[in-house]
Order: sequence, then C-alpha cells, then structure tokens
Amino acid sequence: MFYILCPYCGEHREEEEFHPKGQAHIARPADPENTSDDEWGDYLFFRDNPRGVHHELWVHAVGCRKFFNITRHTVSYEILEVYKMGEQPSITAESLASAEKSQGVQVGDGGQQTVGASDSAAKDSRGTKV
Amino acid sequence: MTSNAQQPNRLSQGGRIDRSRKLSFTFNGTRYQGHPGDTLASALLANGVDIVNRSFKYSRPRGIVAAGAAEPNGIVQLGSTEAGQVPNVRATQQALYEGLTARSTNGWPNVQRDLMGLIGKLGGQFMPPGFYYKTFMAPASMWLTYEKYIRKAAGLGRSPNENDPDIYDHRHQHCDVLVVGAGPAGLSAALAAGRAGARVMLVDEQEEMGGSLLSSRENIDDAPATSWVEKTLEELSELEHVTLLPRTTANGYHDHNFVTLHERCTEHLSDLAPSANGRRQVRARLHRVRAGQVVLASGAHERPLVYGGNDVPGNMVASAISTYVRRYGVAPGKRLVLSTSNDHGYRAALDWLEAGREVAAIADARQNPDGELVEQARSKGIRIIAGSAVIEARGEKRVSAAKVAKIDIAGFKVAGPVEELACDTIASSGGFSPVVHLASHTGSRPTWNDDILGFVPSPVKGMTPAGGAHGVYALDKVLEDGVAAGSAAGEACGFSAASVSQPNVKNLREGAAVALYQVPHLKATLRGPKQFVDMQNDVSSAAIEVATREGFESIEHVKRYTALGFGTDQGKLGNINGMAIAARCLGRTIPEVGTTVFRPNYTPVSFGAIVGRHCGELFDPERYTAMHQWHVENGAEFEDVGQWKRPWYFPRKVNGKTETMHEAVSRECSAVREKVGILDASTLGKIDIQGPDAREFLGRVYTNKWAKLAPGRVRYGLMCKDDGMVFDDGTTSCLAENHFLMTTSTGGAATVMEWLEIWHQTEWPELDVYFNSVTDHWATMTVTGPEARKLMSELTDIDLDKDSFKFMDWREGNVAGVPARVFRISFTGELAYEINVQANYAMHVWKKLFAHGDKYGLTPYGTETMHVLRAEKGFIIAGQDTDGSVTPEDLGMHWAIGYDKPNSWIGKRALTRPDTKRTDRKQMVGLKPKDPSVVLEEGAQIVFDPKHAIPMPMKGHVTSSYYSPTLQSGFALAVVKGGHQMMGDTVYLPMADGQVHEAEIVSPIFLDPKGERQNV
Amino acid sequence: MSNAQQFDTRPQGEIPVESPLAYSMQRSGAPKAKAGTKVTMRERPFLGQLTLRGGAIVLDEALREVVGLGLPGEPLGLVQDQAGERSIQWISPDEWLLIVPGGEEFDIERRLREALGDAHFAISNVGGGQTVLELEGEAASEVLKKSVAYDVHPRHFSVGKGVTTVFAKATVILRRPSEERWELVVRRSFADYTYRWLLDAGEEFDIAVEN
Ligand SMILES: [Zn+2]
Repeated sequence: MFYILCPYCGEHREEEEFHPKGQAHIARPADPENTSDDEWGDYLFFRDNPRGVHHELWVHAVGCRKFFNITRHTVSYEILEVYKMGEQPSITAESLASAEKSQGVQVGDGGQQTVGASDSAAKDSRGTKV
Repeated sequence: MTSNAQQPNRLSQGGRIDRSRKLSFTFNGTRYQGHPGDTLASALLANGVDIVNRSFKYSRPRGIVAAGAAEPNGIVQLGSTEAGQVPNVRATQQALYEGLTARSTNGWPNVQRDLMGLIGKLGGQFMPPGFYYKTFMAPASMWLTYEKYIRKAAGLGRSPNENDPDIYDHRHQHCDVLVVGAGPAGLSAALAAGRAGARVMLVDEQEEMGGSLLSSRENIDDAPATSWVEKTLEELSELEHVTLLPRTTANGYHDHNFVTLHERCTEHLSDLAPSANGRRQVRARLHRVRAGQVVLASGAHERPLVYGGNDVPGNMVASAISTYVRRYGVAPGKRLVLSTSNDHGYRAALDWLEAGREVAAIADARQNPDGELVEQARSKGIRIIAGSAVIEARGEKRVSAAKVAKIDIAGFKVAGPVEELACDTIASSGGFSPVVHLASHTGSRPTWNDDILGFVPSPVKGMTPAGGAHGVYALDKVLEDGVAAGSAAGEACGFSAASVSQPNVKNLREGAAVALYQVPHLKATLRGPKQFVDMQNDVSSAAIEVATREGFESIEHVKRYTALGFGTDQGKLGNINGMAIAARCLGRTIPEVGTTVFRPNYTPVSFGAIVGRHCGELFDPERYTAMHQWHVENGAEFEDVGQWKRPWYFPRKVNGKTETMHEAVSRECSAVREKVGILDASTLGKIDIQGPDAREFLGRVYTNKWAKLAPGRVRYGLMCKDDGMVFDDGTTSCLAENHFLMTTSTGGAATVMEWLEIWHQTEWPELDVYFNSVTDHWATMTVTGPEARKLMSELTDIDLDKDSFKFMDWREGNVAGVPARVFRISFTGELAYEINVQANYAMHVWKKLFAHGDKYGLTPYGTETMHVLRAEKGFIIAGQDTDGSVTPEDLGMHWAIGYDKPNSWIGKRALTRPDTKRTDRKQMVGLKPKDPSVVLEEGAQIVFDPKHAIPMPMKGHVTSSYYSPTLQSGFALAVVKGGHQMMGDTVYLPMADGQVHEAEIVSPIFLDPKGERQNV
Repeated sequence: MSNAQQFDTRPQGEIPVESPLAYSMQRSGAPKAKAGTKVTMRERPFLGQLTLRGGAIVLDEALREVVGLGLPGEPLGLVQDQAGERSIQWISPDEWLLIVPGGEEFDIERRLREALGDAHFAISNVGGGQTVLELEGEAASEVLKKSVAYDVHPRHFSVGKGVTTVFAKATVILRRPSEERWELVVRRSFADYTYRWLLDAGEEFDIAVEN
C-alpha cells in the first residue's frame, strides 16, 4: 500500500484513492494519419519495464481527480518525486546513477492553489509530452 | 473425561499469576486447572503434560520448547463448540480462561499412541527430504487423494464447519511513531517519543506489556524490573497522544511504513466474544497503521542448540525455562542440564536453582567461561563442564538423561569421553536471533553481524531497530538504545527530543560467546540420532546435509526442498541453525550462504480480523435508485449490475403461483410491444459537459459527428479506445450550444468519466470544457410502447405531437408536476420517452405514472426484458456484445463512423491498420436457431464444419441470446469470422453434452428493420 | 453568457419528496439515543448543492458578490458563512462544492452565470445526487477510523478542512465544519450502504439517529 503525495491536494494519501495509468510521457503522435503503422503500434502497445527508476502516470481518482506523474523505484517501491502534468522529472535513471544516490525522497512542492493550475501546467506540455 | 487438579510442577510462590483463583480447562479430553495469568502452555507444564503433539512427518512425541511466538510444537486446535473452532493456536500465546478447550493439532487418533507413529518409526529411515514430492507427486493425479490422508494424519488444524458468530473490526490508524514491542527497548522508545509530543502507538503481542522484563532477574533503579515497567506504562497511559495496544501483534510491514496489527480483543476471555452492557463485543481487530516512523523493538528469539534427540519432551530453550519459572511460577521438571554457548543461558540454571530444583550440570561450549553470570553459577556450586555440550538427549516420551561430551567446534567432532547425566530437562542456548521478520517483509534482506552471531535488520526507510531486534542484549544498553531510537524517530517527525534519564541498571560483565549451532555427535550426521532443526516440519540436520549433497546450494532451494521454515511458526527457532548447517556442509560462512526472508504474517491472523465488517450485508456496496423501495414492494427480483441492484424482472402471482422468469419476461416483453412498459433506467451514467469546446471534445472522443447537433436534439455515439476497439456507447444530448448531457452504460460510468478526464488533462488541455458527474442527481424512467404517448399526455405539459417532439428530440417541461427533461430515445425499438427528474421527486413521478397507467396496461419491466427487447433490435451492450476486440465496423455500424471528420478522433488511426481491415475479423451477426425452441448458450463457440476432427477451428461465439415471445423463437447475437458476408449460411454450435445446435446467420435486427415503430 | 442550459429541478406545488435515506431509515431503523450514546447521526436532506468549475479568481469574485462568501484560500479548505448555512469547499484546483439552504441554488446559479459572463466555467446542480450526513459526539472520530483510511486526528484534520476520500468500499466527501461535528457528503446511490455501515460501526458506541 503506497502512500502517495498528491501534488494538487498537497498531502499524502492512501494508495486506494489513486489509479495507476501506466508509463508517463507517452505522447500521442501529433499527426496520427501520417504516422506509420509501426510507429502507431509503438505508441499503442509498447512500454518500458525498467528495473529501477520509472516515470508513471497516476490519477487521484477518489480525491481531486487530477492526473500527475510519479517517479518511482521499481525495486524499493520508493516514490522519489511527484510532479504535475506538463512538468518534467528532476530525477531520472541517469541522474540517479550519476549522483549515486539511492536514499532520500524528493518531492515536488505540494499543492498550493493557483488559478486553473491544471490548465496552465498542462498547457506547457502541449504536443511535447516527453 | 478424567480430572487432574494437581499442578505438580507449580511452584509454591512467585510468578505473575493470580493464585487466589482457579481456572479449569480441558486438553485432549482431560480436565486440568490453572490460574489467571497463565498461558495454556504454562498451565499444561504446571500440570506435568509433557506431550502436546505428534510431529508432522515422523509422528514423534513433542513437548513445549519455547514460551512465545517461536513455539513450534505447542500448536493446538481451540474451541469447545463447532462454531468456535480456531486452528493453529500457539499454546504459549493463548491466555488461559475458564472452560478453555483445546486439542492437539497433530496426532491422529491421539498423541499418546498414534497410527502415524508406527509409519513414522518405520518411515523414519525411509523418509528423506523431498519424500513427499518424490513419493506422492507421481502420478500427479493421485496427489489429491494422498494429500487428504496426509493432512488428516499430520493434522494441520481444521476450520469450523459453522458460521463464526463473532464480529470483527478494522481501524485505520495514523501515528508519528509506531513502536513494535513493549519490552525494555520499546518502552524506552515510546517514552522518548511520547514525551517529545509525538503521536505514538506502542503495540505488544503479549497479555502484558514488559517483554523480557516480566521474567528478568535484573533490577532497574534498585527495584525489580517489573516496577519500572509499571511506572513507565503509567506515564505512557497518561500521555494524550500515546496509544497502548497489548495483545496486539504487528504482523505485516508493508510499503511506505504501512503496518498491519492484529489485536485480539476478547480471545483471552472465552471461546466466543462475551457481550458487554448488552452489546456485542468485537472479538479481534485489524489495525491498518500508517506510521511516520517505525521503531522495531521486537526483541530476539533464543536459538536452541541442535543435538541428537533434541526434540524429546523435556528439551527447551533456556530463556523459556526462566520465563516459566519467574513469570508463571512453573518449573517444568526436577533435574536440569544446561547446554550453552554463551553467558545468557546461565540465567535458566540460576532461576531453576532458585526455584528449589536441581541443576545437574552446565555444559558450556567455551573453553574458559568467565562472565559474571558464570561466576554466580560457580559460587552457587553448580558444576560447569567447560568446552562441552549435550550431544544427545536420552528418553522417548520425556528426557531421561543427557549425554555430555567435550567437543571440538572447529573440527566438528566429539573431543572427549561421553558422560551420561540423569535429568528430566535439558535447556539449551545457542545465542539470540534478532526478530528481523517485520523488517524483511519490506524486502530488505537482513545482514549478518559477527559480533552478535546473528542477522540484524538492514536499513529500511523510516524504520529504526532497537534493543534485541538491533542485536543489543545487555539491559542497560537496551534501555539506552530504546531511548535513542525513540528520540530519533520523534525527531524525524519534527519533535525535538525530550529528556529521558537513563535508569540505573547494573552492567553485567559478559564473557564472549562462541558460535555453535549443530553439536557434533560420535556418529556422522547422516547416521547419528536425529537432530531436529525445524520441529514443526520435522526437518533434521541430516535432511539439510542430504539437500546440499543433492546439489542444492542456494538457501532458498534448501528451504523449499527440506520444508525448513515452512510451518505456521515460519521457522522462528530453526532457520538460522538450518543456514548454519547448510553453510557447514557447503564449506561456507553463514553470510555467504545468506538468509531467507520472511513474509507477512508474523503469526497467523484469523480470517475474521482480515475481513472486518466487510461481510454479509456489508460485503460490498449495494447501490439503489430512487425507486428502489417500490421495486422491493412490488416483488422485483434483482440483478447485480456493477454495484447497482437493478430489477431483473417482476414476477406476478397468477392463481396463487409465482411466475417463472420466462413467464414474467414474456409478459413484460408483450406489454412493451403491445401496450406500454416502464423501466427504471436511473443507473445509466450521466455526465454534464459544459464549455465552448464541448462540441469539439465530443467530436474527438466519439467516432461519429457532433458538429451539427442542435439544442433540443439527441444523438447516439460510439466510443473507441485508440486501438480502434469499441469500449462504450450511449446517447448525448445538446442542451445548449456549449452544454451537453452524455449518458454512458451503467457499468461504464466511472470509466468513461476518467477517460474523458485523461484525454482532457493530458492530451487536449487547450480545450475549454468541464465534465461533472450527475448520475445520482437524475432519476430516469423509460416509458415505452405503443400506448406511451397516451399515458404521457395525461401527465405532462410538454407538447407530445409527433411532428414537434420527434424521435431523438428532448424537451423540458413538467411531468406529474415535477420539472423534467424528457428524451425521445428508444432502446426497445418502440415509441419511448425517457423522463429525467431530480431524484428526490422521482418516487412521486413513478407512482403517478402507475396511477394513470393502469388503464393502458402499464407494466414495470426489468433488465432481462430490456435485454430481449434491445437484442431483437440488434442494439449492442458494450461489454457484453463487445469485449475490447471489436471495432465499429465489426459491429456493422459504419453509419456511426465519421472518417471524414476534420480531427483524428480516438480510434480513427487504428481503424486503418491492416489488422482492423481484415475481412475475416469476427463480425456481429444475428443467429436464428433452426429449432425455434432452442435458446443458444451465451459464450457458445461457433464452427462451420461440425464433422471436423477435434480441435475444430472455432469461428466465433454467441454474445447475447434470449427467447423472443414476439418472434416465438430463440434468437441470438454473435460474432462470426467474416460474418457480414455469410447471411443465410448455416453454422454449428457443438455443446459440451455432445449436442450440436444448428443456426442460420441473419441480420442482427430481428424486428422492424426500418425503425418505424419508434418513430410513430 | 455561458450559453449553457439552466434548469430548475424543483417543482412549484406541494410535491412529495424523498431523501436518499428515507427508505434506509425505515428499513434499517433509526436507533434512539441511550444513556451510553457517544455518537449521533443525522441527515440534512434537500440542501442546494452546486459543483462549481473554473478559475479561482473569477469564481471567487462572483461568489463574493452573489453568495457573500469567497473561495477557501487553500487546497482542502472549507469556508462557511456566520450561520454555517452556506459553505464552499475546495474539491480540486478547479472545482468547488457550494452547499446552500435548499431552494436557493437555482437563483444562485442564475446570478453566478450572470456575474461570470463570458469566463470559462461550469456550474452543475448536484443536489439531488448527494445528501449530507452529520456525525456528532465524542466517538465520532472513532467511528470514522473504522470507515476511512484518512487521518482524522485533530492535529491532521482541523476544523475548516474537507477531503474526498474512500469510505469503506464507497467514497464520501468528509468535512469538519466545527470541533464537535463531522459532515459526510454522500452520493445518493451509496447512501443506504453508508448508513448501514455507520449503524454497524457505531454499535460499539450506541449510535443514535436523530431526524
Ligand atoms: Zn489530489
């Protein structure tokens, strides 16, 4: 049972309030009609399965209903950070390896109310979800 | 039933029992007596009961060896009534109560003389490790037969055959610091964190808090340690934010400091929970704790030494002897031999002596034992045989003597003459193993520590071990360690450390221990007397040696091959010894061999506690519509649709006989086709969509077009996932230019809502649109049938003229005096009005419809009739006729696909992939059985050639099938490979009973193909 | 104007009305208070409830004008008017729940729509779809601990806070309008389950139901 910091609610909540939605940063091809069958197949069906740092999309389903991202270690299950839609992770497999850092949770700054927070955050990401 | 009230082993004084009261209890049919404060084990030992079980594999007599959770033998079946049966209870942890009734778990037909014993003795020679696998697994089909008898003979306990009458509870808990274990370390930690102001939970599995201090010889602040325990508990109980939970085992340590606790609320009082103040009481409670920090003060288990005959009743771990003497006032024998590798074991001999019993000798494996406890023993004249160990216990049903010899540990051999000492009790101590179980639940493998000759917990985020669990054993150091852990945990939660003065405890000078696990014997391990490592599973040192010889090198494999640690005790006493033996056989060190990890739960948890109140009528939510009471009162049979209770059909009483479902459904179908029926459709999902981009958004999530839907109009839509597969459908109405009301299937409501949100929030945040669920706000009733307009006209001010309120229009007005939105949509193919009113007024409207509907033959119908009627029209149910592999084209719904829409709506791209363009995809068709009385089975497989050899190529399957009173025939919807091109063809449905049904492929629209009836 | 359709769902005349718990109280009973009663439950039915969506600044301004109450300044905030009759609760960064005495909601929605003009927002009437259950008494938080995983300790759940969370196997909006009182905003279709759960969980504290 994870204890997950919702970046919008600004506090930790029990896992049962959330739904996992798979790998984060899967961008839908901008022009599907001009995407090859192979590329489209990759987008639909192929996902990473790393041992270590993984970026995941979750939704605070029984809560604020907002989608956000989690950087999670798939061995220790430690949640290394959470960040809103449209934001980029500050911890990656590479950054973790180079820092040789396996301890210490870093979390996105939590949930201060901003006007249309979801929209402004998400707008940054338009078309360039990486 | 015989009676024995003697308690021959009860000491005349001492212990924490209440001698002023007696409790009678029954064990294996014999009545005994004990006292409040006893465990079942201490009471059995007081009464001189040596044999409590027969062993699992060899059926050897076994007695109690430990005093707590580690006990492998004293496992009993509890309960005097059938409903009160509880299997696998540890006698060492079960408080005694008046009338307690217990039986041995193992030993059929009885422990004194049992059938398996004969086989065991015989089989003893012939039952190597892997015996069960090797012997009984082939042929595999026979395993079930064997297993039944093995289980009965071996006796793994049994569940009750009657319902448990007790109630159970869950509590969700949150705290800053959870302290597991209320011994010296845990109490100190709780005090430190509690004084700092943290929210603290202190939990302990025993009847009383205090842990090892309850049987300690040592003084704290110049008073017996128990006074310090009392004083500390008093202070803790007065701290506002501290919660004390005795009789509560921390059983599982899960992700992110989530710990499950099993509190036994009334199990110390009686078989079934007694009522209090006329109320039922909770028997047990599961606490689900989210802790900021965990202090693991779970103590340590003493390891017994592994020597020949070490399982004969009368062999015990040394600390258990002290516990029985000091805490329970029981000396379970007359004459003791102690075999030890360390100073700690000496306490057993000192306590034994002080209880007025005789100590024959202490066999100390060290050449020059010299600690303070050793000095005390010497000064009391106890004979100490240095450099020696008990190499074999003599006796069958009780120890009669100990064979003691000098040993050469490094050379693993007996190094001197064997002396046989008469005794009835042998205590052994091979040192302590920190209780690392909980820490290892988290996936953290314990680390070997050579200084203490044991595994200690590896770092776990948010966890601090303290005291014995940390490998710290000297009392003064334990108290210090507890304070440090409690302060650190409190600080980690933001509470600055409070002052906790260190109590005054005399530091005992301790001699170094020696590493000894398996004691060498004169004979080689494989030929010598059996040395048991895991008593619950009858795993011997020889078995482990055989496993290593057979090539098992990984400790995980050795464990599985020998069953070491597989019992309900999880090998608490035996695992480290087993690893040490494996290491010796493999010529490695223990850390090289490694350890196995433990899984939750630490001790067994009753099902009741796991379930809590999620059972019976509260097992799962039942969702009701606003008309539910009417349905109940009108005799509806209900169907579960998701969590909803929907009326399935409304059987009537005809001539005193209740209609069958078939009769009721036929009547309901005819009423709708010929007169008028009414359905409670409130369960459909409803989503209120507002915003300037609402229309654009609909165009992207639906396969069809929405650009031109005008206010006042309704449209049917299909939703696909981006793989092109249909996942839900429904109608959406345009309420205003920027305002739509979407309906979803009953089961799909939450999924569709999340679907809309994920696309909006992650892909198209630039679209200005909001989605709000209004499913529960509206109650929906469908009035449908040729007479629907007449009935409606009596109750509404809406103009119902067929030219002004057309099919697929919606209007607003009053129905029965209540503001309503009425939608002319039809899921039956008949004239239909879907009335939506605010749910609080729905019952009034529903009843008014009946008050006026009688003369038109208004008939309530349920989901079964709804299914027949919609299937006759070829209307799909997403999730029944589709399964995530069906495209809109497969459904023949090309009319609902807007390939020329300007955007790349969800699913469009996938519909041009080669796979979705195949002509032999499974396509939706109708099936008409050649025999009209046949109703095909839903899910039945379709073949083209029934004579084809098995396995036949399967060409499709039935998705929906009913009997139609209108068609006077069975009919079905099905998906068939290339089905759209097979109209008129015959297909076959071979059934499990050998019958083969024949059916003709027809259009899925069985009735009114032009849709004239709904348009009237 | 937002070009959305507003629809007053309340009838004009005397029309019988049934709260979401009408059937449950009849079927499962409504125990009276006893000497040992430590928790009391009551339904506050037929309140006006509007889900408000939009940007905080424009909504805040419109609400101050129309309801005389601004948005809570923080996530998970709950604000009320002096009498405690009108409240606004943070649900999400762009969503709030407005609860007002029954009957006010249609007029409030109309005036809000006027005040908000062309701003992008949404207002949905949800009053028929949820009801408010109150829990009061010294054991109220103990009953909640049996029901929700959310931490209800006063250090963590102060007055003026509200959360959407899991309740047993359903969901509720849980809020704390005052020291001694908790409110559960319950979906209509789950109301019976929630009610039966609370009766069962409250048995230990002789739970009473007031009507
Ligand atoms: Zn949230």
